Amino acid sequence: MVNIIIVMQRYSILSLARNALSGHRGWAEAWRSPPLKDRYDAIIVGAGGHGLAAAYYLAKEHGITDVAVLEAGWLGGGNVARNTVTIRSNYMRDESIPFYVKSVAMFEGLTRELNFNMMHSKRTMIDVLQTWGMVRDRRRRRLIMDIYGATYEDISVDELRRRVPALTGGRPDSRLPILGAAVHTDAAVNRHDAVAWGYARAADAMGVEMHQKTPATKLLRGADGAIAGVETPRGTVRAKTVALAVSGHTTTLTETAGLRLPLRTINLTAFVSEPVKPVVDVIVNCPDLGVYLSQSDKGELVIGGATDLGQSFRRDIKQSVFEDTVAAMLDLFPRFRRLKLMRQWGGHLDMAHDATPIVSATDIPGLIVSAGWWGGYKAIPAGGAGLAHLIATGRPDPLTAPFGLNRFRTLDYVVETGTTTAR
Amino acid sequence: MLLIDCPFCGKRNESEFVYGGPAMPARPADPSALDDAHWVDHLTVPPNPMGPVEERWWHLRGCGSWLTIRRDTVTHAIAEVRHGG
Amino acid sequence: MAAEPGRLPEGGRIDRSRPLQFRFDGRAYTGFEGDTLASALLANRVRITARSFKYHRPRGVMGAGPEEPATLVELEGDLASGNRPATTVRLTDGLVARSVNAWPSASFDLGAVNQALARFIPAGFYYKTFKWPDWHLYEPSIRKAAGLAGAPRESSNDGYEARHAHTDLLIAGAGPAGLMAALVAGRAGARVMIVDEGAEAGGSLLNRRLSIGDQPAMGWVAAAVAELSAMDNVIHLQNATVWAYREHNLLMVHERSPENSSLSGRSWRVRAGQVITATGAIERMMVFEGNDRPGVMLASAVQAYVNRWAVRSGQRAAVFTNNDSVYAAAADMARAGIDVAAIIDSRDSVPDHARALVPGMEILAGHTVGKVHGRRGLRAVTVAGRRIDCDLLAVSGGWNPAVHLYSQSRSRIVWDERLASFVPGDAAQAVLAAGAANGAMTLGAALAEGAARALAAVAALGRAAAMPALPEAVDTPYTVAPLWTAPGAAAKSFLDVQNDVTVADIELALREGYSNIEHVKRYTTGGMGIDQGKTGNVNIIGAVAERQGKTPGEVGVTTFRPPYTPVDFGAIAGRRAGPVVLPYRHTPLTGWHKDHGAVMYEAGARWRRPGYYPRPGESFQDSVNREARTVREGVGIYDGSPLGKYEVKGRDAGRFLDWIYTNVMSSLTAGNGRYGLMLTDDGMILDDGVSFRLAEDRFLVSTSTGNADAVWQHMEKLLRIERPDWQVRITNVTSQWANATICGPKAREVLAAMGTDIDLAQGAFPFMAFRDGTVADLPTRVVRVSFTGELSFEVNVRPRDLPTLWEAAMEAGRSHGIAPIGSEANHVLRVEKGFLSLGHEVDGTVDPHDLGMGWVMSKKKPDFLGKRSVALRRSAGRPRRELVGIRPLDPDRQIPEGAPLTPGGRKEATEGFVTACVWSVVESRWVGLALLTDGRARIGGRAYVRLPDGIIEVALCPPVFHDPEGERLRS
Repeated sequence: MVNIIIVMQRYSILSLARNALSGHRGWAEAWRSPPLKDRYDAIIVGAGGHGLAAAYYLAKEHGITDVAVLEAGWLGGGNVARNTVTIRSNYMRDESIPFYVKSVAMFEGLTRELNFNMMHSKRTMIDVLQTWGMVRDRRRRRLIMDIYGATYEDISVDELRRRVPALTGGRPDSRLPILGAAVHTDAAVNRHDAVAWGYARAADAMGVEMHQKTPATKLLRGADGAIAGVETPRGTVRAKTVALAVSGHTTTLTETAGLRLPLRTINLTAFVSEPVKPVVDVIVNCPDLGVYLSQSDKGELVIGGATDLGQSFRRDIKQSVFEDTVAAMLDLFPRFRRLKLMRQWGGHLDMAHDATPIVSATDIPGLIVSAGWWGGYKAIPAGGAGLAHLIATGRPDPLTAPFGLNRFRTLDYVVETGTTTAR
Repeated sequence: MLLIDCPFCGKRNESEFVYGGPAMPARPADPSALDDAHWVDHLTVPPNPMGPVEERWWHLRGCGSWLTIRRDTVTHAIAEVRHGG
Repeated sequence: MAAEPGRLPEGGRIDRSRPLQFRFDGRAYTGFEGDTLASALLANRVRITARSFKYHRPRGVMGAGPEEPATLVELEGDLASGNRPATTVRLTDGLVARSVNAWPSASFDLGAVNQALARFIPAGFYYKTFKWPDWHLYEPSIRKAAGLAGAPRESSNDGYEARHAHTDLLIAGAGPAGLMAALVAGRAGARVMIVDEGAEAGGSLLNRRLSIGDQPAMGWVAAAVAELSAMDNVIHLQNATVWAYREHNLLMVHERSPENSSLSGRSWRVRAGQVITATGAIERMMVFEGNDRPGVMLASAVQAYVNRWAVRSGQRAAVFTNNDSVYAAAADMARAGIDVAAIIDSRDSVPDHARALVPGMEILAGHTVGKVHGRRGLRAVTVAGRRIDCDLLAVSGGWNPAVHLYSQSRSRIVWDERLASFVPGDAAQAVLAAGAANGAMTLGAALAEGAARALAAVAALGRAAAMPALPEAVDTPYTVAPLWTAPGAAAKSFLDVQNDVTVADIELALREGYSNIEHVKRYTTGGMGIDQGKTGNVNIIGAVAERQGKTPGEVGVTTFRPPYTPVDFGAIAGRRAGPVVLPYRHTPLTGWHKDHGAVMYEAGARWRRPGYYPRPGESFQDSVNREARTVREGVGIYDGSPLGKYEVKGRDAGRFLDWIYTNVMSSLTAGNGRYGLMLTDDGMILDDGVSFRLAEDRFLVSTSTGNADAVWQHMEKLLRIERPDWQVRITNVTSQWANATICGPKAREVLAAMGTDIDLAQGAFPFMAFRDGTVADLPTRVVRVSFTGELSFEVNVRPRDLPTLWEAAMEAGRSHGIAPIGSEANHVLRVEKGFLSLGHEVDGTVDPHDLGMGWVMSKKKPDFLGKRSVALRRSAGRPRRELVGIRPLDPDRQIPEGAPLTPGGRKEATEGFVTACVWSVVESRWVGLALLTDGRARIGGRAYVRLPDGIIEVALCPPVFHDPEGERLRS
């Protein structure tokens, strides 16, 4: 049993009311800004979703609190700050589904666990199917997902139109008529900043230190070849275990220690509309045309779509890819022609050779990487817990075991992007 | 959207081209001569610098040639375009 | 007609001969051609025009342009759209508008009850509460309250189009700097596009009373516009916003209501050699208690309303500033008859050049507004204990150069202490900033900079240009001493008026450790509104800096992301709607298929193909069974045109095919073909197909339909990158050859009946051979391949001949009961034969051994693509999933394709899945194929399909149900 002292101000309607009467002067800092030490038990590089979650679970589940999370920019500023908050588990393979099922379940309990309102909203995702190949692909997912307790059900086109009245495209005479739909009731959206802040605040309360504007610039190795720590502009910080959760920049760091990895950095982009009154209640995913969207509680439509596979460290949106996505959306939601684009953004991520994540020890003893997340937002709780387990025990937990680098040694890829062709 | 200066056609929009992936080292003449680890490296580990990287582009909707371009992954500036590998 | 109460008797750039009727929140008003909705509302003295997002506080018009943070309206009718700043809505006759976020109206809004709760809902309150019992309890009402305007409805008037343009120089902004730049570059002969968001050119000159040379500034503007319109090398767009600046100097322009009135918008993709951002500057709000009260307006807006629209925004005004620009505004206000009670200047000393503009006006230097009075609209302000009655407070917190576009180009933005604002720094692309957008805050400086930047841009383009003689332009110098937050600023001092973010919210965020500017913005939602913080962002940064003891430059600017102002999605997609979203390919027979009742499917690679041809009274299964039986027992015909076809030609063609296929192709003799598998170098199956040798140096390679493009790219890349010295050319002939495939035991009779000069006898024309000749008097290449397991002739013709060939076959086959076959029956036929299908059995994880096709892996060749990897993977000895046939023990039990196989049917990790399951016409039962761990060794045993509602026990058999020896297809 782990004994951790948790020093955290409770958030509740009562504390809010009490503070309102005192002009909100009584609120404590969500996290401290302690001085940077020159040595820790473990260093996590990257205070994004996965790094912060790992820090939290490291303290909570494994009692390891002498931990520094080093962040080049601002806490929660990784891809957790720029994504479409889609939480789902509709995968295809035994290696992936239980992991994502666990992650989705962990997300559901997170508001209570962290005493921070994640605004977790089980909005349900509906996949709109427009080719028979996609129908088969989703059927395959549905039937295997059931084994792992994830929900995925077929509904009729009529039922789809009843649940998503704004979806008026895809009629029988259109280019790609809608053939059916699959409903993933476990799917949810929540508030991404809250996830980062909630984990950070809870980890801080257990003694974990978070250091912003502290980029790790170089990995240090000892005489035995094992990891020894990292260099930062604020000085050298030593630890026997260093975990990287620096989406997009994994190889930038590992190559400072001579380690090359099967990753390349690409951009994933998304955009939001102006806020409007509720018009879409569920997450609508249209894989055949390549667009998905949901409506936030603020009223903005959050839209993602096609990916540009070119390598890029520039958080940018490619006009041609963007136009493809918009055209696809308008084909299914013609009434959104008059809706306006309000903001767009990109985030970089590193994609593994087989497009499946990597949570793994490396050839450098003590160096652990969590990388290759593509759609990694949904994986934050289970990925963070898995990373913490690996840091604490040196071995993967069963759910993240399939994501080891070992798979590349024998070319046993985990392929979730199965090819689908209609017959 | 990039503007790629095709040696045959001049400056053309990226939409005329097909991205052919990062330039990997030349395929070994005799793969069986490589040990497993080196073969796996060859297959799976692309160069991933913050800076210039070489990549292949196919001018499918143009002259049909394959080009290798050197492009900065941070600024996206293209320093060189050449025909073939 | 009675004049509007706020309208001046003369002046303004409005057409008084054209009065317009409009309605706002249900009431009728009048305005004039040339008005915006905002100017017309002010002319009618409509003070409460909006309710704020969170607290539903009453708000009025505050600005005069796209920066307007407060008054967002929803338009109805043909113009229907939501969340439009009233300042950017051109008034038209019959316009119907209403305020957003208020019910039933802005003036009387029931949501205003939130104001009373304000102190219980500070920034980030929702992170701390609504947790019990569950967010879902609260979410629906919060969603309903959010969202401002309603979502747009479908409209009949939604014409959008896209245009491409290449230009030497794109100038964003047609104010003094932009126009001067366009004149200089245009005169030098450069191709110029000048794009401005306003209804007419002039920028800030429209709003001010200045002279250029010896004429009013707008006279100079008119002359400049006339000169530009006479230049063939200049494109001048008004009502058009440069909304995004992408890589490689690609800029996006959204043109609203272009001259062709059937369009509601036009999108321009502009690739520019050089760019000049002459986007002007945006005035900041002042931050003090009650700064959102209706009647508090930006000073520049008040000035614009009197000068441009001849509208007095109030009768008695006070002015509150920290800089010099308001003095000219105050002078203009007084000239227009607004009684300016006092200028409250937070600076201890006011420069003489400013004082000189307002002789006799009271100036309260070193003072700030302490309190505002009037609940539903301003009635007075208190300054140092003195009450000043006024219904208008014109404020200016200084000016922000509009660096949005410059920043979007990834160029640097730096803090300028003197201007107390962010200004353009080092450029990352070929972009220059000019005029107020670059911090040149006076007219003379803007004109000079416009000319100088144009010279630099033109020189960079390799052209010579002459510096023009600059006209004289007198303007007031600009100095500012920032006052980020007035003394006493707290919970009613709004930094972001649209999202209701106050100084108290910022302080709370900082107190709670949300110290980074990104945290502050995200925690408070400051700057996240539709205006994207145009008037408020720098104030937020200033307020944070002040409280952290830093300079705003150290706090850091947040990223400027596109779009500059919201853009209709319709304009982004242009004409890409319907089939244009995903253009499809069709064969010369598409019309025939449709005429004959085919159900058409998307068949991969954007081909549309017939799925089946139902006859009256038939169910889906009836049709498929009939078509499959037709092929097994008689003769069928299908349109095989979409099959990928490539000619591979050259001295090294055989060697090339040997390298990319697992088996040997170079040993083929001319006229013969061979089935082969293509692997990726990772050792996974990429494609399958038949290659024919046409001549010593010529092969015809066929690929699967769905993969044809990918295979072409694969082959081309290998050849051009890895083997450029090999003499091989690949020509895509997919669309050069169309084919009708005649298959079934009676195929030979049909072909013979069509009339052919080819000897069809089995010995003369064996399986896997081709013959050139005529069929039905058409030149053809007939190929003996079979995807059905039956005797089969693929008759290839020129595409234009296919309908003739097809009709001839239908005619010749009539007596044999020939029928067209769709892809559903083809699927049945191939499953019965155990032929693989990409996307079914092959999903990116499968090698030839897995499919029992080890024979196709050449042992003779030292190397081919995938060989090394297959060997490496298999050397690890891990169990593999192998292809088997399955027969459900219950012959009438259909198994869903994709269904998992688990040990004993238990709820545990799978050991395989069903790749295909069809009603077999030869076995009269359901049969299937599956990939199963160690499947081949388990043939003869049982496996279990695990479904949510039960287990299906299946018998394992070899993956072929029909003619295992292949006698029929060779017959």
